[in-house]
Amino acid sequence: MASSVLSLASAPPSASLSSHEIEKGKLNLGNSSFCFKKEKTNPFMKTKSVGRISMAVASNLSRFEAITMAPPDPILGVSEAFKADNHELKLNLGVGAYRTEELQPYVLDVVKKADKLLLEKGENREYLPIEGLAAFNKVTAELLFGADNPVIKQQRVLENFGYYLVATVQGLSGTGSLRLAAALMERYFPGAKVLISSPTWGNHKNIFNDARVPWSEYRYYDPKTVGLDFEGMIADIKAAPEGSFILLHGCAHNPTGIDPTPEQWETIADVIQEKNHIPFFDIAYQGFASGSLDADASSVRMFVARGMEVIAAQSYSKNLGLYAERIGAINVVCSSSDAAARVKSQLKRIARPMYSNPPVHGARIVASIVGDATLFKEWNAEMEMMAGRIMNVRQKLFDSLSSKDKSGKDWSFVLKQIGMFSFTGLNKAQCDNMTNKWHVYMTKDGRISLAGLSLAKCEYLADAIFDSYHNVS
Amino acid sequence: MDSVFAAIVQAPEDPILGVTVAYNKDQSPVKLNLGVGAYRTEEGKPLVLNVVRKAEQLLVNDQSRVKEYLPILGLAEFNKLSAKLILGDDSPAIQENRVATAQCLSGTGSLRVGAEFLAKHYHERTIYIPQPSWGNHLKVFTMAGLSVKTYGYYDPTTLGLNFQGLLEDLGAAPAGAVVLLHACAHNPTGVDPTVEQWEQIRQLIRSKGLLPFFDSAYQGFASDGGECFIAQSYAKNMGLYGERVGALSIVCKAADVAGRVESQLKLVIRPMYSNPPIHGASIASTILKNSDMYNEWKIELKAMADRIISMRKQLFDALTAKGTPGDWSHIVKQIGMFTFTGLNSDQVAFMTKEYHIYMTSDGRISMAGLSSSTVPHLADAIHAAVTRAS
Repeated sequence: MASSVLSLASAPPSASLSSHEIEKGKLNLGNSSFCFKKEKTNPFMKTKSVGRISMAVASNLSRFEAITMAPPDPILGVSEAFKADNHELKLNLGVGAYRTEELQPYVLDVVKKADKLLLEKGENREYLPIEGLAAFNKVTAELLFGADNPVIKQQRVLENFGYYLVATVQGLSGTGSLRLAAALMERYFPGAKVLISSPTWGNHKNIFNDARVPWSEYRYYDPKTVGLDFEGMIADIKAAPEGSFILLHGCAHNPTGIDPTPEQWETIADVIQEKNHIPFFDIAYQGFASGSLDADASSVRMFVARGMEVIAAQSYSKNLGLYAERIGAINVVCSSSDAAARVKSQLKRIARPMYSNPPVHGARIVASIVGDATLFKEWNAEMEMMAGRIMNVRQKLFDSLSSKDKSGKDWSFVLKQIGMFSFTGLNKAQCDNMTNKWHVYMTKDGRISLAGLSLAKCEYLADAIFDSYHNVS
Repeated sequence: MDSVFAAIVQAPEDPILGVTVAYNKDQSPVKLNLGVGAYRTEEGKPLVLNVVRKAEQLLVNDQSRVKEYLPILGLAEFNKLSAKLILGDDSPAIQENRVATAQCLSGTGSLRVGAEFLAKHYHERTIYIPQPSWGNHLKVFTMAGLSVKTYGYYDPTTLGLNFQGLLEDLGAAPAGAVVLLHACAHNPTGVDPTVEQWEQIRQLIRSKGLLPFFDSAYQGFASDGGECFIAQSYAKNMGLYGERVGALSIVCKAADVAGRVESQLKLVIRPMYSNPPIHGASIASTILKNSDMYNEWKIELKAMADRIISMRKQLFDALTAKGTPGDWSHIVKQIGMFTFTGLNSDQVAFMTKEYHIYMTSDGRISMAGLSSSTVPHLADAIHAAVTRAS
């Protein structure tokens, strides 16, 4: 039909892409690949041509006819593919959601208790303030920075007069909290860029792209050692323009599982201070790295103890298993209560036209658990159990790989890496083999989620990894 | 050491939510909060619907429930039920798979996601909003990257609809432009078009190829085969304000378009908050899919609406009895939670200062915040504001 040819010919490939992808010249056109060459150099032409099409064609055609099918999310899409697979030995090591040894989702006992308590309390469902539940904001900052932290101690005194040093705003888990910070950066630090690790969580780039914050990468993962490229990391942070934001994973780096040592963290802090950069922590796994909530926060706390101003995004998706409740926070540690008040006011201003105010349920669960000594203790125990299970699985996987593989390949990174994820070092073809031959679902960057592995399946996974590593290039 | 954030200035309080902030600071025993549109009982208390508590009990009792991430577009069951609720059970658009629905964070979130989608994928980047409209509309659309224009809506001389102005302004809009429509219970005025006027609006919009974006939806539009955006909220009608339950539905001309639109919606949502919160949507879903609970809901909803209508009558009667100058019939003619009193910002400031009445400076009051016992105080305040020497 003439009308459908017209619409295809003017399909705007750039319409569904981030500005960064356009810059890189990568275009994924879905159905409309043949129009690629014509439109490639001038993105603005497409806008006009869509306009012409909408006016030229009669009312039968959708005004959204030219929209292309977006690719599935690389991480969340893995679970979808897993669900569609009927093979009995299939294994989902895609998304970082904790599973029990029976590979079932896990609702923490302490969360079930909190849910029941909340129902009994029968509190109202009024709108939270834009910045979220006050009780939650208080406990979340203390949990991250530590009750003994000089900033928190000072804040406790100031609170009596209505002041604070940490601008804390409840956010929609980690993603939402990062997005608020990104929007703040875009508005008040025009031109400043954020440096992200290579590699990093896939959604970081999307968040900064949509928030229109320019980003570049600092070296992080060294494929030769399957470890940290510390020199590269330091060099790249040093080379960044003064006043850049440096995105750091507080613990349990995603996707690699490779964390700097305490000494390395000190050096990172030195360099950031030298260059007047702003440290921006993403803490999605506090408690999951070592099993200790305090130990896992030591990197952030060290920066704050140095008197640095720090941005820190938190998530309770994993450590409290509150994935779907979307509970997290963005914290900005400021050098003055005046700055903190202004920062908070601007974060609110960003949240209001995005979703008005955050959801109450998850916040109440966290506040009731962290705010109650008994429940908090119970949480600590469950946290240790979850982190412990992952450490056991790492050990078993390492043992299985070592006993199978006599080639001299060093698999010890499985033990050294920290948190839910392991960067196997497998390339895309090898990952495809993992999925196609062995029905092991993982992300294409070689990341496996150990949270989705049981002791019972370690042998099988070791076979799959061994085969993919040695027999596929 | 100077802060890195030295250049960041203090943002003003949100004008609507800021009213509650100011109200909370006031120590007066007769203070009255008529600011934000949240329902209050006759005792002046927030209300959690019985059917909501029932739904929650069912959810807590269900041992098989988990807290895994929802899909990016939210709870599928909730989305289907929401679309049916707004478009009708027998909607051809639903039966033909032409509706793309995403669970979003209440009304605001639905508007924002829809607006971001339009800014990214639609050729017309201007949206027309009624004058006046909810204060947050301008910010939502602007932040999403759309440019905002207004169309005539409220006539301050009649305290009613400026229908001619509306038709003229929409008639002059460029073909394909987006038009925001408040389906019913216009916020802040409470002034709605009549059924006949809605039909005229619909015909104008279709003849000009304008794209309607409903903040809640009007049945006629959704079934005429055309395309539209619909932002739904369960904040007020289910009293789920703080749970942030809502949905964005995009009615498309064809099923394959709806499929592609859905996939692109995910790309808007993922970098914003990844996936929506489960709790409120599960409550709403439980209620919508169970016919007994659904009927219970309708009864509780009617009770809330009836109480508001009763407040309107009581306020009108009180002002009439006092002989307060002016025609106050708009109080009983306007629809929904709000009344656009016609009071100006000076009068509002006076009422706040002298009578501890908290309301937005545009003269809007939330009838849901009134009770039989507080109506006399409000009537006194209005009377004083209107009759004082200016």
